[in-house]
Amino acid sequence: MQRIMPNAAVEDEKTFLRRVRPQHWKSPVPRSSYDLLIVGGGPAGLAAAESAARLGFSVALVERNRLGGNSLNVGSVPSKALIRTAHVCSTIRGAEDFGALAPGEVALDFSKVMARMRRILTRISAYNSVDDLTTLGVDIFFGDARFESTDALVVGSTRLRFEKALIATGARPKTPDIPGLEQTGYRTSATIFEMETPPKRLAVIGGGPLGCELAQAFCRLGAHVTIVQDEPKFLPREERDAAEILSRSMARDGVEIRLNTAVVGARREGGDKILETVDSGVKNDVHADEIVLCVGRAANVEGLDLEIAGVSFEAVQGIKVDDFLCSSNPRVYAAGDVCGELKFTNAAQTSARIAVRNALVDARQRYDDTLTPWCTFCDPEIAHIGLHVWEARRQSIPIKSFTVMMHDVDRAITEGEDTGFVKIHTAEGTDRILGATIVASRASELINEMAVIMNAGIGMEALAEMVHTYPAQSEAIMLAAQAYRYSTSSRFNAR
Amino acid sequence: MDDWAQLSDDALVTRLQRAAFSYLLEYANADTGLVADTSRRGSPCSIAVVGFALSCYPIAVQNGWLSRADGAARTLKVLRFLSRSTQSDAPDATGYKGFYYHFLDMQTGRRVWQCELSLIDTALLIAGVLVAGSYFDGGNEENEIRELADALYRRVDWHWAQAGASGLSQGWKPECGFLHYGWEGYNEATILYVLGLGSPTFPLAPSGYVTWGLTYQWENLLGHDVLYSGPLFTHLFSHAWIDFRGIRDAFMREKSSDYFENTKSAVAIHREYGERNPYCFRAYSRNFWGVTAGDGPANVEIREDGRDRRFFGYMSRGVPYGPDDGTIAPWAMLATLPFTTEAALAGTRSLLDTYPQVCIQDRFSSGFNPTLQSRTGGWLSEGWYGLDQGLLVMMIENHRTGLIWEIMRRCGPIRDGLRNAGFEGGWL
Repeated sequence: MQRIMPNAAVEDEKTFLRRVRPQHWKSPVPRSSYDLLIVGGGPAGLAAAESAARLGFSVALVERNRLGGNSLNVGSVPSKALIRTAHVCSTIRGAEDFGALAPGEVALDFSKVMARMRRILTRISAYNSVDDLTTLGVDIFFGDARFESTDALVVGSTRLRFEKALIATGARPKTPDIPGLEQTGYRTSATIFEMETPPKRLAVIGGGPLGCELAQAFCRLGAHVTIVQDEPKFLPREERDAAEILSRSMARDGVEIRLNTAVVGARREGGDKILETVDSGVKNDVHADEIVLCVGRAANVEGLDLEIAGVSFEAVQGIKVDDFLCSSNPRVYAAGDVCGELKFTNAAQTSARIAVRNALVDARQRYDDTLTPWCTFCDPEIAHIGLHVWEARRQSIPIKSFTVMMHDVDRAITEGEDTGFVKIHTAEGTDRILGATIVASRASELINEMAVIMNAGIGMEALAEMVHTYPAQSEAIMLAAQAYRYSTSSRFNAR
Repeated sequence: MDDWAQLSDDALVTRLQRAAFSYLLEYANADTGLVADTSRRGSPCSIAVVGFALSCYPIAVQNGWLSRADGAARTLKVLRFLSRSTQSDAPDATGYKGFYYHFLDMQTGRRVWQCELSLIDTALLIAGVLVAGSYFDGGNEENEIRELADALYRRVDWHWAQAGASGLSQGWKPECGFLHYGWEGYNEATILYVLGLGSPTFPLAPSGYVTWGLTYQWENLLGHDVLYSGPLFTHLFSHAWIDFRGIRDAFMREKSSDYFENTKSAVAIHREYGERNPYCFRAYSRNFWGVTAGDGPANVEIREDGRDRRFFGYMSRGVPYGPDDGTIAPWAMLATLPFTTEAALAGTRSLLDTYPQVCIQDRFSSGFNPTLQSRTGGWLSEGWYGLDQGLLVMMIENHRTGLIWEIMRRCGPIRDGLRNAGFEGGWL
């Protein structure tokens, strides 16, 4: 087994590249003009290409690197593979809680962890492959694209004309201007998965979703992790209780947490990479073997000559689009991370499909990410859909939340996964659901029930009647709806 | 002392109140009038404890524990000290812009521990200053009390503390300026905003209170509707001074409730949580509750019954989202006396009956954790904390006579601040 692993890995890599960036790719002869020309082959670009091709339009797709974008290559997929291994390690360490005695300390073979990750990438690449697209009739061009006019761009020496274009170039990790950081050396989400060996000490800068996910995962894989966040809490987009539960969970894992702490410099001493930090005027050093930056993402708009295309943009926020995802050039649309506030794979795919319909069939569909669920894949997971309480209150919408703690849910108790809650936010005085926040071991799954419910316009009254399997963690959703019912009936009783 | 069970409710409560008050005398500095944060050797002064002490001297006078002259003299001593101590941006000043550093050297009044210029602790101090200024309405020395109280209040530059933003930061340090921490969600800061909004000299912009209110969460939690805040003390501190019965701001008008009723709901949630006891802590029940800010066993980890237990030191604990490590504040149940009298007495009596060690010399300890076993039947915080004692004295008095509430109903800055925050109705 040991001997055949390298060959298997090589095969995996070959298969992966054949699917996402064939080595000797021969570009097709371009048509005189394409109905839709897509720049970027990430989740948005791929969704758009498939959608447009299935509608019968001529489609060209230009990709600078590999199909799949950040999500497949350096984002959601590899991180989830790593998180799964970390979860296994954590489960083994906690096995005694369940009466299952593990033979000893968890030992990690990092090469196998990474090999598994690459196998997963290869498997999933089958659903985003060059073959799939060409079978659909999509012309694929690999190389850097730049606009030459309002209705044409060039890829290398090839000129491509279009009726409509969709820019889906995504975003890349932001790099803050920290003195000494470049010389000290760091990794980002784009390079962290290239490591051959895990760092013994890892310093994570940034406490957003990715920073928290990586911090907890590497800690569970055995690294001493310090996470430095300049805000007073993690996950600024999430509500305080959710962020604090996660903070305590990470601390329990052993992550060293430095909140409200700014990184003001970096340096190398011997083999150590050192972050210089300041917390409320108090200076400290964080020593690490590796530094990873997770401070947000900047839209990929450079080198496209967007000015020539008449497409307005901002350096970090990206392309400016209207509610219909159309840019300042009526021929050019944008979708995904290059223009969206929610930089998630599902948001990219959804916006791309809407942009295609608006661009090609005059659908005039507004893109509204209110009902796009998202999740931070820590343990516990933190998921959200719809309005936050503070958003509703800012809009003067009276709002009331119905909360069920996971430690009151039978299945969560039996599973030993009783940290977290389900909160359903309602328009007060009605059973209309405005949003939901879920903190649970499988919040990423539970939130999808809320997505269906909200998209279907189902209210709390009807939700309280929906029979769920017993025992199941999703029962928490039904219990929250039943709390609504009890709340309203007691009010009637009081009268 | 083990004769609690024989005492009537009134006798028991009075005895505990007087013992709590005696802390404020015993741990006051004879020269400055500053009061120690804790009874531990070398403890600095907490300015919030001074605010509680200033509020408690009138209670002691009314109850005959101090003569009026003694109460006035003690009050005057600390007001003079506060008035004359250094206000500057020097790192070892006593305060700046009328605010005070959280912890001060008991003798010199200088800042210790590089602590923050604390907005909330200054508010608790100034609330006490205003109680003194309102209560001591006689001549001679009492004239000076009123003048100093007025000057100290007028000196606080609440507007500066807004730092050009809508909401308030939690503090400021000469080393780094305003702290990043703001006030998110309902908590004990109502008194801070009310005092800031009532200022005739440097008032907060009313938008600050509105902005804070946008972060409130109205929840149905464990079967009760509540404006959520986890730690129990957050439902008590502002209430030590302000009688919220029947007065409502825009938020409470929208919810057809008031902050007094809200504290009753919070207590109900704490009791229900104690009964459910989701993390299987020892002793938790409907009569063993009071998860709040306070001392804790420090960073200890043990493995018990197949699960890891992690304990914390001094921190703000809360219900039901946590953090909760099985530590309660033994004083907390009794401090809810004005809101849920029956629950407060039942819980306190049960606690004293089962764990009498939490009340040494009739004073409640800051923290107790029976889950972390020891020879004394659980971890117990050493000595006493001034905040706990001061709050208890005030809450018991408000329950028995309503003295502080009555004084503050007549206090101009409180009335103005409440009105500027949008409160109306009831006694206002």
